[in-house]
Amino acid sequence: MRERKGVEVSIAAADAAAMADIDLVAAYPITPQTHIVEHLSELVASGELDAQYIAVESEHSAMSVCCGSSAVGARTFTCTSSQGLALMNEIVFLTASLRLPIVMITANRSLSGPLSIWNDHSDVMSVRDCGWIQIFAENGQDVFDQVLFCFRVAENPEVSLPVMLNIDGFALTHVIEPVEYWNKEDVKKFLPDFEPVNRLNPDDPITLGALAMPDIFTEIKKAQDQALINSKTEILKAWQEIGEITGRFYKPVETYKAEGAKILFLTMGSIGETVSIAIDELRDKGEDVGLLKLRLWRPFPFEELFEEIRNAKEIIVIDRAVSFGGPGGPVASEIRSALYGRNNMPQISSYICGLAGRDVIPEDYISIYHRVKEDQQKELRLNNSIYYGVRE
Amino acid sequence: MEPLNVYASRLVTKKEHFTPGHKACQGCAEALAVRLVSKALGKNVIVANATGCMEVISTTYPHTSWEVPWMHVAFENTGAVISGIEGGVKALVRKGKLPERNTVFVGMGGDGATCDIGFQALSGAFERGHDIVYVCFDNEAYMNTGIQRSSSTPFGAKTTTTPDGVKTHGEVHWKKNMPKIAVAHNIPYVATACPSYPLDLIRKVEKAAKMKGPAYVHILSVCPTGWRIPTKDAIWIGRLAVETGVFPLYEVTDGKYDLTFPDLELKPVKEYLSPQGRFKHFTPGLYEVFQKQVTENYEKLKSRIYL
Repeated sequence: MRERKGVEVSIAAADAAAMADIDLVAAYPITPQTHIVEHLSELVASGELDAQYIAVESEHSAMSVCCGSSAVGARTFTCTSSQGLALMNEIVFLTASLRLPIVMITANRSLSGPLSIWNDHSDVMSVRDCGWIQIFAENGQDVFDQVLFCFRVAENPEVSLPVMLNIDGFALTHVIEPVEYWNKEDVKKFLPDFEPVNRLNPDDPITLGALAMPDIFTEIKKAQDQALINSKTEILKAWQEIGEITGRFYKPVETYKAEGAKILFLTMGSIGETVSIAIDELRDKGEDVGLLKLRLWRPFPFEELFEEIRNAKEIIVIDRAVSFGGPGGPVASEIRSALYGRNNMPQISSYICGLAGRDVIPEDYISIYHRVKEDQQKELRLNNSIYYGVRE
Repeated sequence: MEPLNVYASRLVTKKEHFTPGHKACQGCAEALAVRLVSKALGKNVIVANATGCMEVISTTYPHTSWEVPWMHVAFENTGAVISGIEGGVKALVRKGKLPERNTVFVGMGGDGATCDIGFQALSGAFERGHDIVYVCFDNEAYMNTGIQRSSSTPFGAKTTTTPDGVKTHGEVHWKKNMPKIAVAHNIPYVATACPSYPLDLIRKVEKAAKMKGPAYVHILSVCPTGWRIPTKDAIWIGRLAVETGVFPLYEVTDGKYDLTFPDLELKPVKEYLSPQGRFKHFTPGLYEVFQKQVTENYEKLKSRIYL
C-alpha cells in the first residue's frame, strides 16, 4: 500500500531525493528553492538520510562540489533558482561535458533585474544549450516521480549525463498537494545503485577534464550531442517503468483533449493545469481546441511533437521568458524551428505571459484563444510575440 | 642546508607520479614543484587541478602526465571541487560503498586560481574544515595567458598589464599575503615552500597530508619566462627569494609559527631583484622602498614566531 498525503511540494521533492538514498547534497540557499534544501538538511540532521550536506558559500561552488562528488561515484543532488543558476552557469555546462550524472531541481524564478523572486522560465532558458537533460513537472505528484526518474536516467551508463528537473517556483514549490509516496521496494527496483562509468580511484587512475586541441574538440562535442539525443531511449524506458509501478504514464509531450483539435495551446510547467480549465470551458462551448504540455525540453522531442500536431491548424505557444531583440518567446521560436519546412505546418502564435509570477487565469487563456481566432481572419499575420496583458 | 640539497635527488623516491613528456617551458620551477609534491604525496591521492599552466601543459588530450586520479573542472572552483571529492568519498566510505583507505585529497592551483578568482571557493573549503591539502603554485602572475599581473605579483614587477611607464613603474600594489589569510581561517597547517629547497618542500607536503582537516602549502614557483631570467637560473633565483627574506620559508602548525631557517642572515633584496628582467627598471629609490617593506615584513613574521 502506497502512502498518499497532503504535503508541500518542496518537502515531497526532498523526500523523493532522500528515498533515492543520495550520498551528497551541496546547495546554497535561494528563494524559492530553500524549502527543498532545508528539509534535506533536517533529514541529514535527524539521521533519516545518510548523506554529506555541504553548505557551500555560493551556487558556483555548489555545482563544483557536485562535480567532485559525482566524479568519485557518489549519488549527488543539488537545487537552485534564478540568480543561482546564472552564477553556476559555467559549471553547469562543464558538468554535462564531463558526463557527470548530477541531478538538480531548478525552482524556476525570473532572472533579475529588476529583482524578482517570483516564477517564470527566464532562468532555465538561459541554460537551454548546456547539454543537460531538461524536463518540466506540472504538479506535486509529477515532481515526486520525476526526482526518482532523474537519478535513474542520469546514472544509466548509456546516458551518464546530468538531469535538470524544472518546477515552477511558488506555484509548485510552496503549495500543498496530495502526493503518493513510493514504496521502498519499488524505489530499489526502479533505481539501481550508482555505478559510475568512470570513477576517480587511486587504484585505476584516470585524467578527467583534459585540454582538447582543435583537431579533436569538434568530435568530442558531436559525441556529447549524440549522447544527449540517445538518452531519449532510456528516458522513454524509465517513464514506461514508472507507469507500470504507479499507473502514471509520463510522456515527452503530454496532451489534454488534443486529439484532432484544430487549435492547440502549448505550455511548459505548472500552467498546463490552468490552461486545461480554459480548454474545458472552450470545449463546453463547442470550440475545437486542445492542449500540449512539453515535458521533455532536452533532448527535444521532435517525433512526439510532429505526431501530436499533425491535425492542428494553429499552435498557441505560451512562453514564460523573453529572447530580447530576437524571436520573442524562446519556446515559440523552438517550435517554429522544429516545424519549418514540413508540409501542412500549422500557424504558430507566440504569447508571452506570466512573467515574474504575474497571475494568468483561465479567462486570460480564453481571451488569448479568441484573439487568435480573430487573427486567423486577417490576411497578413505578424510573426512577432505578443506580450499578453501588458499595460502600455 | 646547502650540502643536503645537493644530495636531495638521492634521498627521495625515484617513483614519478607526475611524469615527463609534459609541455612546460624550459626551466619551469612550477613543473618541478608539482613533481616534488607528487613524489611526497605518493599514489593514494586524488588531485583536483585548477585551470592554468599546470593543467594545460600536462593534459593535452589524449596525453596525460598524471599517474594518479586527476580532475580539472574550471579555473576558480578547485577548493569546491576537492571539497566534493572529499565529501563524496567520506559518504561512500561511511555507507560501506567504498573501503576506508585514507586517500589524500589534494587541490592544486596557481596564484591566480588561489589568491584571486578561486579565493572564495578556497576560503569556503577551509571554513568547512574538509580533510584536504591545497597547494598553491605561486609564479606571481597569470603566466598561462601571457604574464598579466595577479594579486600575488610583487610590488614593482613588470607584467604585461603592469608595464613600466612614465606615470607608473610596474605593479603598484604589494603582494597579497595568502599564507597569512590561510592562517586566519584557523586551519591546522599552513606552510611556505620553494622547489629550490626540495627536501623541505617534500617534508612540508608530507606533513600537510598527515594533518586532519585543511592544510595549505604555498610554493614559490620561479617562472623564467615570466620573470625574464635565463632558464638555468630558476633554482638560484628561488634560493635568493628565500635568502633575501622576500619569500620566507615557514610553517604554522595549529597556529604556532616556525621559521624553517631561523638563523638566516638576510641578503640585500637587490641580489634577488636585479638579475630579473621584470625588475630591470628599478631605480635606487625603488630598491629602497622594496627593501624597507621586506625587512619590515620579515621582522613581523619573526615576532609571530616568539608569540
